[in-house]
Amino acid sequence: MIVAELKQEFETLQILNPDGEINEGQEPPELSDEELKDLYRWMYGLRVFDQRAIKLNRQGRLGFYAPMAGQEACQIGSVAALNKDDFFFPSYRDMGAAMYHGLPMEQVFLYSRGQKGSGQIPEGVNMFPPQIIIAAHVLHAAGAAWGFNLKGEKKVAIALFGDGATSQGDFHEGLNFAAVYNAPAIFFVQNNHYAISVPLEKQMKSKTIAQKAVAYDIHGVRIDGNDIFAVYKAVKEAADRGRNGEGPTLIEAVTYRLGPHTMAGDDPARYRKKEEETDWEKREPIRRFRKYLQNKGLWSEEWEKQIEQEMLDQIAETIKKVEKMDKGQITDLFEYVYTDMTPDLKKQKEAYLRWKEETK
Amino acid sequence: MATMTMIKAINDAMRVEMERDERVLVMGEDVGVNGGVFRATEGLYQQFGENRVFDTPLAESGIIGTAVALAATGFRPVAEIQFSGFVYETMDQICSQAARLRFRSGGRFNVPLVIRSPYGGGVKTPEMHSDSLEALFVHQPGLKVVIPSTPYDAKGLLISAMRDPDPVLFFEPMRLYRSVKQEVPEGEYTVPIGKANVVKEGNDVTLIAWGAMVPMAQKAAEQAEQERGISAEVIDLRTLAPMDMETILSSVEKTGRVVVVHEAVGTAGVGAEIIARINEEAILSLEAPVLRVTGFDTPYPISSLEDEWLPSVARIRTAIDKVLDF
Repeated sequence: MIVAELKQEFETLQILNPDGEINEGQEPPELSDEELKDLYRWMYGLRVFDQRAIKLNRQGRLGFYAPMAGQEACQIGSVAALNKDDFFFPSYRDMGAAMYHGLPMEQVFLYSRGQKGSGQIPEGVNMFPPQIIIAAHVLHAAGAAWGFNLKGEKKVAIALFGDGATSQGDFHEGLNFAAVYNAPAIFFVQNNHYAISVPLEKQMKSKTIAQKAVAYDIHGVRIDGNDIFAVYKAVKEAADRGRNGEGPTLIEAVTYRLGPHTMAGDDPARYRKKEEETDWEKREPIRRFRKYLQNKGLWSEEWEKQIEQEMLDQIAETIKKVEKMDKGQITDLFEYVYTDMTPDLKKQKEAYLRWKEETK
Repeated sequence: MATMTMIKAINDAMRVEMERDERVLVMGEDVGVNGGVFRATEGLYQQFGENRVFDTPLAESGIIGTAVALAATGFRPVAEIQFSGFVYETMDQICSQAARLRFRSGGRFNVPLVIRSPYGGGVKTPEMHSDSLEALFVHQPGLKVVIPSTPYDAKGLLISAMRDPDPVLFFEPMRLYRSVKQEVPEGEYTVPIGKANVVKEGNDVTLIAWGAMVPMAQKAAEQAEQERGISAEVIDLRTLAPMDMETILSSVEKTGRVVVVHEAVGTAGVGAEIIARINEEAILSLEAPVLRVTGFDTPYPISSLEDEWLPSVARIRTAIDKVLDF
């Protein structure tokens, strides 16, 4: 009986269907034409970015890279509904959201290349560096959000992570802490159905991720993560609830990565069926949003080409700039371990410099 | 001045800092209404209220993980891990998150976090309460590790830890919580992190210890003096990371003989690090190999055997004889 109720409660919200039409009984979020176009500019720009980043990785001009194609609605919608002073906790796949939230593209490339300044989030950009340890940052979002309550600030914290992360203990602890302290945290799961090669049914027996909210007595929603309107609406509502003192929200955004897990040799053909991929391609987020805008007379091929060109130009300029930047010295590493360098580190640094000098 | 036990001094340190700095938060299991399982946080909840002192869910990773973000966004949390043996639950949050955030973010974020945890043997606890795990954290760049052995140091070092901009592990020897009373100044004062304390000067042999092993080493030193007429120097390391090599080396250069005493198991313990450093920097001063008196390489024993397992005055005494007679 309980399972039946859960099924009812966690139906997947879809506003914009794969045909680019608004579903019956649904309303798109209140966004101006300019705001709609801006969302599209970001989403389509991100698709171009992803394709180009994959090429740059293959050419050896970028290092670690986790493709985002297919998840543009999640990446952009999750942060578009927030304010710049809300705090964002990304995982390693969330560079699109990071850029929308204010992280310069230059920084994304430095991180990918493991170059000096990697992870050095500029002042005024409210985010942690991308999290590699799966679900560790779920707790950070809970902690930061709890802090906003203590300071009486009307801010929220959002963590983005994948379906695999929901198996981690820190996922549970994070949701539990946020629930207990009524912290305005948004836990945004991009359920792309695979954690590398492991399908969702091997992560969990639950029918949905959203239903896990029940265990914490927090608000949980399941949305079509390829529908920019559903994502935007869910995050907006979660943020409003958080700011109004109504605590955390778990959002399960159902999506699909069109590419591999990372560029480090992952081949989805080993674990995914071609038909499955083709099926998801029909439901990918950009195509349907394009149709919607086209129907409203807000899209043209020319404009899209322009977005593409602007993005390619920005990437070309940025990668060239980054390639000319300092790769970093061993001695730089000593600077950021502690606020004041310890005697041991000073000694090691000096010894290294002496050795360099002597063996020149 | 007031006469205080170590537990009272620790309590006083938190009270003093919380009165001075409203960013300080105290959090952990049973630290609120209950005042802590050892009464370390007694009265803080009543004085500072529920927005400063938090009973958390029973989840160590959750405690440190949330504290990392609180610290990075403007608070100064003092998080308690109820017993140090439970610290494995939160190793990622301590060693991958707290310790590295400053480094990973190129200095954008600091983690001014203190993790307090009772540790050490001699009080017949059940399993996994008494383990000495300091070496795990000394091995992790980005952390500082502090262990007091007296009420005076406990208060001064804890205040320093709470003012430190980086994460500090503050291990409190359970056995010393109430075993000694000492005159402790009221109000604020600090004992610097990274500075050892020569608790007894001597010329013939150096004993290096921390936590509950400091009084043991002192007793062994006194015995050796009475029985053999030698003078032993006893160093209370106080901070294990960063290590005060200056104090260690000047003592080694003077005495030429060293015994390191710690409760933790021997292999790859902090004693090994101290000996390696003495080898690297003062080998020509040594008259004998540096010896260790440590716990055996077994998991912490059942309580009926702990007195035999822990370094004793007698075992330290034997090691002193060995280095003197080498």
